[in-house]
Amino acid sequence: MSTNVLYDAPGPVARRNSRIISVVGVVLVLALLGYVAYLLGRPRVSANGAVTPGVLDGSRWDILGDLALWRAIGRGWVATLRAAAIASVLAVVIGVLFSFLRTARSRWVRVPTTVVLEFFRGMPVLLMMLFILLVFSTGAFWAVVAALAVYNGALIGEALRAGIASLPKGQREAGLAIGLTPTSTRFLIEFPQAFRQMLPIILAQLVVLLKDTSLGYIVGYVELTREGLNRLGTYYGSRYTFTLFAVVLVVYLATNLVLSHVVRVVDRRTGRRGVVRTKGGLGGTGLLARAGRPNVASTTGEAGGAGVGAGVGGAAGDH
Amino acid sequence: MNPLDVIPGLDAVTDNWPRFWSGFVTTLQLMLLSGVGALVIGFVVAAMRISPVASFRAFATVYTEALRNTPLTLVLFFCAFVLPYLGVDFGSYFPLAIIGLTAYTSPFVAEAIRSGINGVPVGQAEAARSIGLGFGQTLGNVILPQAVRMVVPPLINVFIALTKNTSVAGAFFVADLFSAGRYIANDRGDAVVTTLLAVAVFYLVVTVTLGRVAAVVEQRVAALR
Repeated sequence: MSTNVLYDAPGPVARRNSRIISVVGVVLVLALLGYVAYLLGRPRVSANGAVTPGVLDGSRWDILGDLALWRAIGRGWVATLRAAAIASVLAVVIGVLFSFLRTARSRWVRVPTTVVLEFFRGMPVLLMMLFILLVFSTGAFWAVVAALAVYNGALIGEALRAGIASLPKGQREAGLAIGLTPTSTRFLIEFPQAFRQMLPIILAQLVVLLKDTSLGYIVGYVELTREGLNRLGTYYGSRYTFTLFAVVLVVYLATNLVLSHVVRVVDRRTGRRGVVRTKGGLGGTGLLARAGRPNVASTTGEAGGAGVGAGVGGAAGDH
Repeated sequence: MNPLDVIPGLDAVTDNWPRFWSGFVTTLQLMLLSGVGALVIGFVVAAMRISPVASFRAFATVYTEALRNTPLTLVLFFCAFVLPYLGVDFGSYFPLAIIGLTAYTSPFVAEAIRSGINGVPVGQAEAARSIGLGFGQTLGNVILPQAVRMVVPPLINVFIALTKNTSVAGAFFVADLFSAGRYIANDRGDAVVTTLLAVAVFYLVVTVTLGRVAAVVEQRVAALR
């Protein structure tokens, strides 16, 4: 941190001040947490005079010892991963297809594809799920998977298109000059580079996809959220709502943090092997940037915010 | 004959127009109110994230990572069922939905702002520091004015996502555009396709417009640099 140019390496006074502010900050946060714990812990008196022990009371957490609970949570987790895995594979395939159609030479292919992509990217994925569920009567599982695949496929397609557009012109020209057809230039020269360049963004989008499988709670596919909050909630009663919420939350956080970490490792590993130049200021020489790559931490939300996205129309992402 | 009858099933929307329109207005309200809230909190979190005080940085990082890795459905479930239990009760779900959407969107705003600050060339900060400006002056007079330009397009993308995310609040207890569409579709089984397409068109009006604005701003910014 001593290399941060925004402020000097702290001297004794600054260090002391910083420590004081830190202590005050920690005290404030602890006070807030303590207040929440108090709210959670206080017993509740219902209108009819019945007293329910507070949320932190042991009797609220005894179901954690129940093997049936963990079996159900495990089932929900597997269902979430299954939907996410199938949707991810389909989304990448659809994304590749979209990116080819979107960059086609014929206007008759390119323009309709652009319109379709805008349409898919612009509407809520939940609406798409409802549409598939009601219109195609596919059942909840395929409604979730198909909607997520099409929606994220559209986003990935845009990211890949931005990747192709950001390649130096010479790549394509060199391909054509050695006698490759325009199509094989695209397949063999441009696309592999664009894919590698955009891999961190695509992976980050797939983490978002996994999060979005929780919409199954709403359309009726029994995955982790629905299993944990709806089914188990009904089974154990509203007394355990908070407990079940905490369990589901921890499982999601653990899964997503591990996946996000993997994305970051891939991001670092792929390094700068592509030939995309980052324009001065963005990425490489940025204030807080460690390497001149699209910042995955920030692209989990919106693909192409800094780095690659700038100047090539930025692939709009989602979260 | 009504000219609108050309599209089969459109009468399902026109017959329920008050519900449909009020749903659209509710969606816009959700989007604007939680957008402003997320902007304020996101700005504070971004400032903490780059501040010299270590505990602020740690808090901001944990806040960002935790909220960003929680599904929106869970956040809104928390607002719908756990917050009222904790004594946060407004008598309607609308303010709770705003709290949920604000909380969920704020880390993405913070990250967009941070990536904008990232995008300012390091020489700018070095120059400001070397002529004797402090942390606050460097940030306020040199870095932020330049970062703002670069932050706008990704921020608009965050708001586009927020607009779409309001539909999840509609799946809970808010009578927004999505829930209006769902109600009408359930009511009029013969007009499901038209109804849901009409809902999609209204979402697209907002998201595509914002997307165009983002594209224009992005071009301007690229020209300015």
